[in-house]
Amino acid sequence: MRKQETALPNGYHPQSFWTRNKRSHGYLLKREARSKAYKFFRFLLLFAICFLILHPVLDKLSISLMEERDLYDSSITTIPRHVTTENYSIVAQQIYYWKALFNTFWISVLVAVLQVAACTLVGYGFARFEFPLKKLWFAAVVLVIIVPPQTISTSLFLRFRYFDIFGLIRLFNNGEALNLRGSSIPYYLMSITCMGLKNGLYIYMLRQFFSGVPISLEEAAYVDGCNTFHTFWKVILPEAVPIIVSCMLFAFVWQWTDSFYSKLFLGGNTLLSMEVSGISDRIANYFSTQLGIGISLGRRNQFVSTATLMLVAPLLLVYLVAQRSFVESIATSGMKM
Amino acid sequence: MTARKSEMPKRRMDIKTRRAISGYLFILPFILGFLLFMVSPLIHSLRMSFSSVEISPQGFQLSWNSFQNYIKAFTIDPDFTRLLTEEFTKIVTHTAAILVFSLVVAIILNQDFKGRAFVRAVFFLPVILSSGVLVGLETNNSLMSSISSLIKENSNIQLSDTVINILRLSGLGRGILDEVVNIIAQVQDIVMASGIQIIVFLTGLQSISGSLYEAADIEGCTKWESFWKITFPLISPLLIVNIIYSVIDFFMKTDSEINNKIRDAMVINMDYGFSSAMAWIYFVLVIALIGICSLIFSKRVVGNNA
Repeated sequence: MRKQETALPNGYHPQSFWTRNKRSHGYLLKREARSKAYKFFRFLLLFAICFLILHPVLDKLSISLMEERDLYDSSITTIPRHVTTENYSIVAQQIYYWKALFNTFWISVLVAVLQVAACTLVGYGFARFEFPLKKLWFAAVVLVIIVPPQTISTSLFLRFRYFDIFGLIRLFNNGEALNLRGSSIPYYLMSITCMGLKNGLYIYMLRQFFSGVPISLEEAAYVDGCNTFHTFWKVILPEAVPIIVSCMLFAFVWQWTDSFYSKLFLGGNTLLSMEVSGISDRIANYFSTQLGIGISLGRRNQFVSTATLMLVAPLLLVYLVAQRSFVESIATSGMKM
Repeated sequence: MTARKSEMPKRRMDIKTRRAISGYLFILPFILGFLLFMVSPLIHSLRMSFSSVEISPQGFQLSWNSFQNYIKAFTIDPDFTRLLTEEFTKIVTHTAAILVFSLVVAIILNQDFKGRAFVRAVFFLPVILSSGVLVGLETNNSLMSSISSLIKENSNIQLSDTVINILRLSGLGRGILDEVVNIIAQVQDIVMASGIQIIVFLTGLQSISGSLYEAADIEGCTKWESFWKITFPLISPLLIVNIIYSVIDFFMKTDSEINNKIRDAMVINMDYGFSSAMAWIYFVLVIALIGICSLIFSKRVVGNNA
């Protein structure tokens, strides 16, 4: 309040807070107090929730850096006294970390690119073209969003166990159907036909985005003699780069941590999410058979924390770099019905 | 158009048909995928739920046994009905809690304060941290599940117990109180599940013009009134988006007991028919829930521009 004094117009006499408070019969004080209290509680609430979200990560980080004796020392709660990276190397060895990381990375990138490429085409088709049964097909997209993979997992499982296209394969393979279980081809097929993880959502987001692009852009291209695909490729796609990137980021992250489709289709590959989900029992096994010693629950938990961190760390890195892209994709695509 | 037509007399298609064909070409991947990997497995799984499935090296045979699997699910299986009702009350309370929480947080995040960008980034972090295999990684192993009850007993919950007892003695309804206590106990789950919802609400809030609030303020509206008269009606289209998203998100959780049961019936017991019957019951109920929610809330929506 003091700062404003110099900028005040002539004829106005600045008064102290208390005189102004008196003149307003205490209203000013009440208002100030209320707003301060509100700000304080807001800070408290936000701090608490941020803590709630970040705490597990920080907790895991501190545990993963502890030596075993620190675990049993009750005077140590958060900051490790004997810092070690031994846990990381044991876990890395047990889950074939670098190999799994490499596999996971490539599969996630490949799947994300395939899925988003297909979804972009479909999203554009829904946003810009009028064709018969359009409503029906869009209802199908909504159905894809709603139908959980669990419902169809049984029959997908059987379908790829005895894979056949109109009986053709059976004909050439001595009456035996092809066993595609354990191969990743089905999943790539599903990715390129928009049936992967949460692909309905990407179609929806991209359609929302394309609907918002001014139609005059395309009309100008048509007038200049571009055909439909050319227009899409040269005019619309460059416009849509941000939303496509963020859809890919989502696809990448969700594929990275996915266990459902991975278990069903990608069992043959050493994948990080699969390796990490079995880490606890594997570590216990390693300690009892290789080293001949039992392992305490706390230590087992420590290895789980370490493995989780190793799984999440690359994603956190991606998130740090591309945070805006994640958040704003949802904002700009305007998830409105 | 006419100039082009005279150049290519072979093509008799008008622009409308051509656009329709290109439209179909664009959505072709989806149509293929939908028919191959969605419709046919759906029909197949529906058929399986009405039959008993025999597996042999040549393939699998379905033999029709009408509603046997469904009857088994509801009357014979000891857990299914219990799990189903539990899961359903959980979905309803959870979704309601997520909606309220994310709306409150979005309103707060829409205000101006220092460090807003940081807080927003942190609030969105659960979208990554609670996806896929990361949920329940610590509790999903044999040892942990066997001692989890022990942890529960020994951990320090005396304070909340006292509070609950006081509230109970003061004559609050038991059913409601239990739900509220439940929600408070699950606050972490709720925070972790509402990353997307917060951003959706926040987007909606940012699109509301500030002059509306100014006008209301001048007319003497309190904050509370302007929330119900301005914010809520304008944001209600997003309510249904968030309800659907939350319900589906909850439904797809791979670590819920009912999904484990469905998976175990398939993978361990090889009872494919029974497994699909349970999956269908669960699915139909969730669809019904979403349908009811959309009916209730779509009436409230003012300017529905699809």
